[in-house]
Amino acid sequence: MFELPIQQLIFLFVAAVAVFAAFNVILQRNPIYSALALIITMCALAGTFLMLEAQFVATMQVIVYAGAVMVLFVFVIMLLNVRTEEARQDRVKYLKLVAPLLFIALLGEVIFVARSVTTTAPPLATTGNEPAFGTVESIGEAMFSSYLFPFEATSVLILMAMVGSLVLARRRTMSEAETLGKLIEESGKPQLTPAEPVAKLEEKKEEIAA
Amino acid sequence: MKEYLPILVVFLFVLGFAVTNLVLAHLLGRHRNTRAKLMPYECGIDPVGSAHQRFSVRFYLVAMMFILFDIEAVFLLPWAVIFRSLSEKLSRPFVYAEMMVFLIVLLVGYIYVWKKGVFEWNRG
Amino acid sequence: MPIDQQSIQFFVGILLKIVILFVIGLLSPVGMNWVERRALAFMQMRLGPNRTGPFGLLQSLADGIKFAFKEDVVPLAANKWLYIFAPVVAVVPAFMATIVYPLGPKGVDIPFAASINSFVYSLTGIQLNLSTMDLHVTSFNVGLLYVLAVTSMGVYAIVMAGWASNSKFSLLGGLRSSAQMVSYELSLSLALVGVLIQAGTVDLVKIVEMQQGTYFGFIPKWYVFVFQPLGFFIYLISAIAETNRTPFDLPEAETELVGGFHTEYSSSLKFAMLFMAEYVNMLTVSVLATALFLGGWSGPFVSQFPLLAPVYFLLKVTLFMFLYIWLRGTLPRLRYDQLMNFGWKFLLPVALLNIFISATIALFAY
Repeated sequence: MFELPIQQLIFLFVAAVAVFAAFNVILQRNPIYSALALIITMCALAGTFLMLEAQFVATMQVIVYAGAVMVLFVFVIMLLNVRTEEARQDRVKYLKLVAPLLFIALLGEVIFVARSVTTTAPPLATTGNEPAFGTVESIGEAMFSSYLFPFEATSVLILMAMVGSLVLARRRTMSEAETLGKLIEESGKPQLTPAEPVAKLEEKKEEIAA
Repeated sequence: MKEYLPILVVFLFVLGFAVTNLVLAHLLGRHRNTRAKLMPYECGIDPVGSAHQRFSVRFYLVAMMFILFDIEAVFLLPWAVIFRSLSEKLSRPFVYAEMMVFLIVLLVGYIYVWKKGVFEWNRG
Repeated sequence: MPIDQQSIQFFVGILLKIVILFVIGLLSPVGMNWVERRALAFMQMRLGPNRTGPFGLLQSLADGIKFAFKEDVVPLAANKWLYIFAPVVAVVPAFMATIVYPLGPKGVDIPFAASINSFVYSLTGIQLNLSTMDLHVTSFNVGLLYVLAVTSMGVYAIVMAGWASNSKFSLLGGLRSSAQMVSYELSLSLALVGVLIQAGTVDLVKIVEMQQGTYFGFIPKWYVFVFQPLGFFIYLISAIAETNRTPFDLPEAETELVGGFHTEYSSSLKFAMLFMAEYVNMLTVSVLATALFLGGWSGPFVSQFPLLAPVYFLLKVTLFMFLYIWLRGTLPRLRYDQLMNFGWKFLLPVALLNIFISATIALFAY
C-alpha cells in the first residue's frame, strides 16, 4: 500500500533523531543531559529496528535498554549527585592519538559489514507454519531450539551479575573506607590480614558511639 | 508494516498537543514573579542547603535488581508465547524443563540476594 | 509519492480513531476525578463538590479552565528546560499506549455505510467504499510488549520532574516514586506471563478473542476464572502500585512529602498534564486488566451485535477504575519499608509461583 518514499522518509527521520541524540550524549557537559539523550537514542534505534521488521527486538530495545538500564544510569547520576563534568586535563595523552585510529577502524568495519549485507528484504510471507520474521513466536522458537545454550548461559550470567553488584554495593561506605585506609597506613604493615583493620574500625565506631 | 504506522501518527499528534499546552500555559497565565514565589517550597521558610544531596545506596540496589529480574522477565515472555503451540521440532516437556533450569538458577540468585539483606529496606 | 485513495482512507481512518481515543483519554481524568471526589466524599460522610453544575458535574471542567489561566511559575532554582519538558515526557507515552486498546473485534459492519459513502460523495466528490471497520486503532504481533515498553518510559517524567525542580520534596518524591514503579513493574510483567502461556500470543486483540465463549454454558472463558485468578490478584496489586495510588501512594504522600515529584508545579497546564498522564496511565492499566483477565469486549449478544463490544469493554474498564476509588476510601497508606518488602519478598515470589503453576497446567492441559 505505502510505497518506498514514505518508508524512507520515516527512516531518515528516525535515523536523524538517533544520530543527533547520540552526538548530544557526547557533547553535553551535564551527565543527566547525556543520560536523557542516550534514552532518546535508544528509542530511535528501536524505531529503526521496527523499520527492519524486527518487532520483538524493537520492544526489547525500549523495555530493557531505555526502560531498565537507563533507570540505573539516571539513578546513579542523581544519587551520586554528579555535577557538570569538570574540565580537567586528560591524564593519558596518547589516548587522543588512539581514538581517531579506533574510530577509523570501526568505520571501516561498519562499511565492510554494510557492503557485505544483501539488500533484499527479509521474507515476510513465510510458507508453512513457520512464524513470520521478527515476531515473538519466531524469536521464541529460535531461542529454545538453536540458541538453547546461550539462553541457559544467560541465567548464569544474571546470577553472576547479582552477586557482583551486591559485592560492589556492599563495600563499606566512603567515610568508612577512608578510615580503613588510614588505619592500614598507621599500622605500617600493608601485608596484614584484612580482618585486623576492620576490627579496629569497629572499635573506633564504638568509641564514637560512646 | 502498516499496522505500526499509528505509532508514529499518535506520537506526533500527542507531542503537538503537549507542546501546544506548554505554549498556552505560557501565554494565558500572567507573570508576576516575586522572590518568595520563585523559591523552592519548604513549608514557608527559606530553603536550607541544596536539594541535590546524596541518597541511600538502596535506591541503586533496587535499580540493579530491577534490571536483572527484568531481563529474566524478557526471556520468560517469548517462552510463554510459544509454549502453547510449539512447532513439531520442539517437545513441550523439553521446553518446560529448559525454562525450569533457567528459573532455578535465578531462584538461587534471588535467595542469595534476599539472605544478603538487599530487600531489608529499614536496616542500616 | 503515489497517493492512492486507499491509503488516504486508511490514513484518515487511523487518524479519526486516534482522535476518538484521545478524547476518551482526555475525558477519563475529568470524569474519574469527579467520581473520585464525589464517591470518596460519600464514603467519608461528606458531600463533595456539588455546586458547579448539576451534582457538581462541571467541577472538573471548571478546574481544567482554571488550570489554563493560572500563573505559569518556573522556580528560579529549577533546571528550566527539564522542568518544562517533564510534563511532555509524561503525557506522550501515556497517550501513545492508547492505540492498542482492543475496544472491539476486527471487521465490524459499519451501520449506514452506504448512506455515509453517498453523503461524502455528494459533499466532496470523493468515492469512499466504507463497509467494515476494526473497533481498535491497530493490533500487531507485539501489542502487549508495546504497552509495557511505552509505559516504562513514564518513569523518566517523574525522575525529570523530581530532579529538575530542585526541591527536597520533589527529589525525594521522584526517587521514591521511580524506585516503587520499577519494583512493581517486575511483578506486573511476571503476572502477565501466566496469561501469555494460556493465550499463546501477545497481540491484545487475539488475547481477547481467545476468551470468547463459555464453559458449560455459564462460566465465561475469562482468564480470571480459568487458571489465572492468582495472576489477576498479582496484576491488581502491582497495577495499583505502578500507578502510585492508595494504598501505595507514598510518592505523593501529602502529609509528609507535600505533593511528591510535582510539589513545585504550580497549578498551571503543566501540572494538568502531569495529572492527566497519571489518569491515562490508570486507564491503560484498567484496559490491560480488562483485555487480559476480564474477557475484553466479551459479553451477552456481542456476536449478534458487534457494536455492543466497546460498551462492554468500557463498562468493565469503568468498574476496574471504580475499584481504585473504593480502595482509596478504604485502605490506609503503607510505610515505605513495608511497600518494598511487600513487592520484593511477597509479590515477586508469588508471581514466580504463578508462572510455575500456569506452566505445569499448560504442560498437561494443551
